[in-house]
Amino acid sequence: MSEVRTVTTRRGIDAKVRVRGERGNPALVYLHGAGGLFPTEPMLDALAERFEVFAPEWPGFGEEPTEGHLEDMLDFSLHGWDLIDALGLDRPHLAGHSMGGMIAAEMAALNPSGLAGLALVAAAGLWLDAHPVPDIFAMVPFELAEVLFVDPAAGEKVLTAGLDFADDDALKLFLVGNARKLGTAGKILFPIPNRRLSKRLYRVTTPTVLVWGRQDKLFPLVYAERYQELLGATQARLEVVDEAAHMLPYEQPAAAAAAIAGLLG
Amino acid sequence: MKFVWFNLQPWPYLPDDFREKHRSVWVDIPNTLFDPEKGHHVYNTYLDQLEFAESVGFDGIGCNEHHQNAYGLMPSPNIIAAGLARRTSDAAICVIGNSIALYNPPLRVAEEFAMLDCISGGRLVAGFPVGTAMDTNFTYGQIPALTRDKYAEAHDMIMQAWTRDEVFAFDGKYNQLRYVNLWPKPIQKPHPPIYIPGGGSIETWDFCLDHDYNYSYLSFNGYKGGKALLDGFWERRAERGDRDESPFRTSFAQIVCVADTDEEAEKLYAEHVLYFFNRCLHVYPGFSDPAGYRTVDTIKAGKLNQLRKEAMELFTKLTWKDLVDGGFVIAGSPDTVAEQMEYLAKSLRVGTVFCLMHMGDMPDWKTRYSTQLFAEKVMPRLRNVWPEWDAEQWWCKPMADRRRQEGDALDVARRYPDMPEEVL
Repeated sequence: MSEVRTVTTRRGIDAKVRVRGERGNPALVYLHGAGGLFPTEPMLDALAERFEVFAPEWPGFGEEPTEGHLEDMLDFSLHGWDLIDALGLDRPHLAGHSMGGMIAAEMAALNPSGLAGLALVAAAGLWLDAHPVPDIFAMVPFELAEVLFVDPAAGEKVLTAGLDFADDDALKLFLVGNARKLGTAGKILFPIPNRRLSKRLYRVTTPTVLVWGRQDKLFPLVYAERYQELLGATQARLEVVDEAAHMLPYEQPAAAAAAIAGLLG
Repeated sequence: MKFVWFNLQPWPYLPDDFREKHRSVWVDIPNTLFDPEKGHHVYNTYLDQLEFAESVGFDGIGCNEHHQNAYGLMPSPNIIAAGLARRTSDAAICVIGNSIALYNPPLRVAEEFAMLDCISGGRLVAGFPVGTAMDTNFTYGQIPALTRDKYAEAHDMIMQAWTRDEVFAFDGKYNQLRYVNLWPKPIQKPHPPIYIPGGGSIETWDFCLDHDYNYSYLSFNGYKGGKALLDGFWERRAERGDRDESPFRTSFAQIVCVADTDEEAEKLYAEHVLYFFNRCLHVYPGFSDPAGYRTVDTIKAGKLNQLRKEAMELFTKLTWKDLVDGGFVIAGSPDTVAEQMEYLAKSLRVGTVFCLMHMGDMPDWKTRYSTQLFAEKVMPRLRNVWPEWDAEQWWCKPMADRRRQEGDALDVARRYPDMPEEVL
């Protein structure tokens, strides 16, 4: 089963939610990264074999200009919980990629017992002085793929979804989308993707898995290890995926999904 | 017309291979290229030139704010303006301006501008730029998508602080102050004239029109490249049913080089202007437009060329001929310059020109030579371009009995005390 459902949160934000997988499977909410949901999401397809997957579009990432409602980290985290309430879910699993992972970790810190399991996939949210995160906000479009993918040529196709940057209209469309998506993401990621999550992670008691691409150049593996350390109480497992960088949901969707499904035991 | 002498205050010692070795003149330029002892001479020379500009008759002298930028050495323009306020007597002190979203709290701007207005005797022209992404976002760490909102709040706080006589609380999103009670207040009432430097965003046009502030298009594109943006401002005004067509509602920055003849202008100034375009404008494109900095409306209305690979090197390949033909630079004999300046004023409908008379690594004597020729042979011919319009509403209003800082002012400042007789 695969559908797009629209829910309205109590704050009054309309969100489109991609739903797939058997009803009755364990529920998994998936929060996308700063690039938004792509036309095809192979990792979600793979997850739908074990879970009923709910993938909401974050404010600013869809067609409606709703991003103005969210201003800071607390707004973002509460919107995540508002979505779970609006979907009528009770103790779902929660997964998030990159920016979505940061939001998921914050949500878990706010309300750890409200989740059955937590999967942080190449999650943002921490900063290590010795390993400064490349500044994606200072990159022009054609530089991004180099940082995000093991294979930049293949990555560029994912990022542009087939758009031709030589075409002015296409470039303008991309820039408008990009301005709203990354502009929204910047509220929690700019100029340094650290909103002091590290001092709240002690609260997380949810069973947790960290899923990371071995060649991640944005948040290299040392960030996964730091998460593991800060999440000490949960004894979070670290699953490292080979032949994958930051965009592992698109580079190694099956392996990434299998690692997340490890939450089911 | 009004003429403001303006100097970006660039670092004049960038190496020949700067462009090849470094990706940007701004934000992440190696600060080892700055030599503070040379900086002593650079700053003082630039301050001297600004004072000189007043002495030859410019209406205003100007400075602006940039950060981590080798073509703009004024992270604090108010320090420059303070020096000028003490050493000049007549020229408007045009601080174009303070990036008000960067001051915490922005009350600081209300205070410092009020101090400048008091010290200068009401000669302050106050600029409130949103600020470039390089300054605002990448250097000062403001979140791009929230910068305009923070700017609007800062503006609101400053205007209330300047104009309200009672102590009040300010409960903002970015600033909360329990007691706002400005000391000192500006001389000019209700406040100094406000200039808004803009790069062509629709929101800035509307902001100027909403508050009747001067829209100042400050770029290096020159009068041909700048026409579309000024047209945009005037069209927006008409669309909104605003009938005030005073050219003094707008100002424009133009690079100007004057010599005896057109040939002499090229011989004297080309290398320094090219230093500016080739080295100083070498800005890494990733720093110019982070997502969220420009609004969606502005992107939809705007041009894209600056993001293309081939466009990144555009400025660096321009020749003197390109610069002159393209209107980036108005250069030549007094006749040539006067003619083009008049065309600039009329075609853009501009009353105030920020004259960029010093460029790149131009030596002091050439800067003064060009400045003096402009003041003596060009300015008088342009004074009456707009006879039917009065600049007063958009210009400073100095107090009549202000202190004069000329002649033996320094000797007076250093005199021994005149003791009253009863003390002696």
